[in-house]
Amino acid sequence: MARLARIALTEDELDRYAPQLASVLEHAAQVAALDTAGAAPTAHPFPLRNVLRPDEPRPSLDPQVVLAEAPAAEEGRFRVPRILGEAP
Amino acid sequence: MSGAATTPALAIADAVRRRERRAVEVVEEHLAAIAEVDGGLGCFLEVTADQARRRAAEVDAAVDAGRDPGPLAGVPVAVKDNLCTQGVPTTCASRILQGWHPPYDATVVTRLAGAGAVVVGKTNLDEFAMGSSTESSAFGPTRNPHDPERVPGGSSGGSAAAVAAGLAPLALGSDTGGSIRQPAALCGVVGMKPTYGTVSRYGLVAFASSLDQVGPFARSVADAAALYDAIAGHDPCDSTSLHQVPPACGPAVGSGVGGLRVGLVTELTEAEGVQADVRRRVAEAAEALASAGATVDPVSIPELRVALPAYYLLAPAEASSNLARYDGVRYGLRVDGDDVADMNARTREAGFGAEVKRRILLGTYALSAGYYDAYYGQAQRVRTLIIQAFRRAYEDFDVLLSATTPSTAFRLGEKVDDPLAMYLSDVCTIPTNLAGHPAMSVPFGTDGAGLPVGVQVLAPALGEAVMVAAAAVLEQAAPPTSLPTVAAPTLTGAGTGRGAATGGAR
Repeated sequence: MARLARIALTEDELDRYAPQLASVLEHAAQVAALDTAGAAPTAHPFPLRNVLRPDEPRPSLDPQVVLAEAPAAEEGRFRVPRILGEAP
Repeated sequence: MSGAATTPALAIADAVRRRERRAVEVVEEHLAAIAEVDGGLGCFLEVTADQARRRAAEVDAAVDAGRDPGPLAGVPVAVKDNLCTQGVPTTCASRILQGWHPPYDATVVTRLAGAGAVVVGKTNLDEFAMGSSTESSAFGPTRNPHDPERVPGGSSGGSAAAVAAGLAPLALGSDTGGSIRQPAALCGVVGMKPTYGTVSRYGLVAFASSLDQVGPFARSVADAAALYDAIAGHDPCDSTSLHQVPPACGPAVGSGVGGLRVGLVTELTEAEGVQADVRRRVAEAAEALASAGATVDPVSIPELRVALPAYYLLAPAEASSNLARYDGVRYGLRVDGDDVADMNARTREAGFGAEVKRRILLGTYALSAGYYDAYYGQAQRVRTLIIQAFRRAYEDFDVLLSATTPSTAFRLGEKVDDPLAMYLSDVCTIPTNLAGHPAMSVPFGTDGAGLPVGVQVLAPALGEAVMVAAAAVLEQAAPPTSLPTVAAPTLTGAGTGRGAATGGAR
């Protein structure tokens, strides 16, 4: 799960969280055991459909301002470490 | 305590609009109160003193020029630090966002300015609003003004404590499973979670998007209603914003409960773990509504018993998805790694605290292949059952009444290592969020130890006006309670010239 969630947990954290999460899941099992036949799933309390706005140009955030908050930027873009396994 | 502590927001606005008081004086009074006691309470992560002074001067200038600054003219407001404030650090009480300056204001912050209010600072919270005690803040806990050894509740603990201690007459919080109502109850103030979609979430840092809602804290129902009226309304920037004009709450204060049908919810009041003192106060509140002309009957809604376990699958699932954006690329913390995936994992390990990690893991599990239907899908179907059960209840009742929290304020540290015990603090507040309905907590006396008790009024979607009317009756009937006695001399005040930056690294 930690790998899926991209969190590099320590051994100590794994030892601590595993039993804590087990007790929460045990509680949640009440839900899994319920008869919900006939009930459609609710993703949202008041689903609104086709929320559109007029297609009009309007100012957006200044790229300089946005990039100023980035950990690393270069040539007007976000800079990240290499993505593929092999050397560039 | 300074006189700032007791002046209602509406009285301040009235006096400022009539030029009987100056907004700059009001803001100085509150900044002085913050400087005096907040070193010991920890309500604020950032005090925006210079901006507040400038803003107050603008309000005064508008009055001098014969313009009306708005219904909250010169009223100091504290803003939870998961609401974006342009150029002012917004941390969500997380190391992963420490030092981030949002490039825009949340819509509710813009609306506050439009109503003439003066933002005095950003308040502490549980990290990313995940918690019920404000202890999961990366920057230290907030203390309850009624007893500094106890928690203020959470996740909007800083906002609730600031209002209770008289550091601001109004505050904004956010409520995903009770994060406004639970701290309001524990701190002895009014807290309101509006109907989902009536208040814009644009600029509210997302936790669980189908449940999150922004709402007011105040020391009176009338003040809370005024703040709600100022922030509610359609926002094209929020695709979940309702198009209906939200009901005005201000006029509902004082309209009474004659003929109102009130249901006393058995499952949220008699539930196991609800403190005897709290049950007694809820019973007294029911009697108070009855003697004011309402009919009160018990109602059982058994489906509500599974709201808590359903919530603790749905909210973490949404959170695990929403918090994927904290990857060290566009903003906030980055810890370098061998490649992007390694950088992501190291950044998230270093930047998130224990509770946020637990919830992300839980949500990842609930959404993972093989468990999705049994957990997330099943919780979504339970959500439907809860909505249907509420609908049936509201055929017979106009509003529902219950405890806000099973217990009064607990001690710092008491529940930090037992997530399930902490989660049970929200057992009475969560059902409303699943349904998208409004609900509010009103102080109603104290327990045997003198700690505040809150009672909760629940209403159907867009039922804010009738909810506020009932809350106002309860406020009038509530047993007298004293304001918190913050022992200022024993706390380390930082002096009045503290300036803008205080928090972040507390």
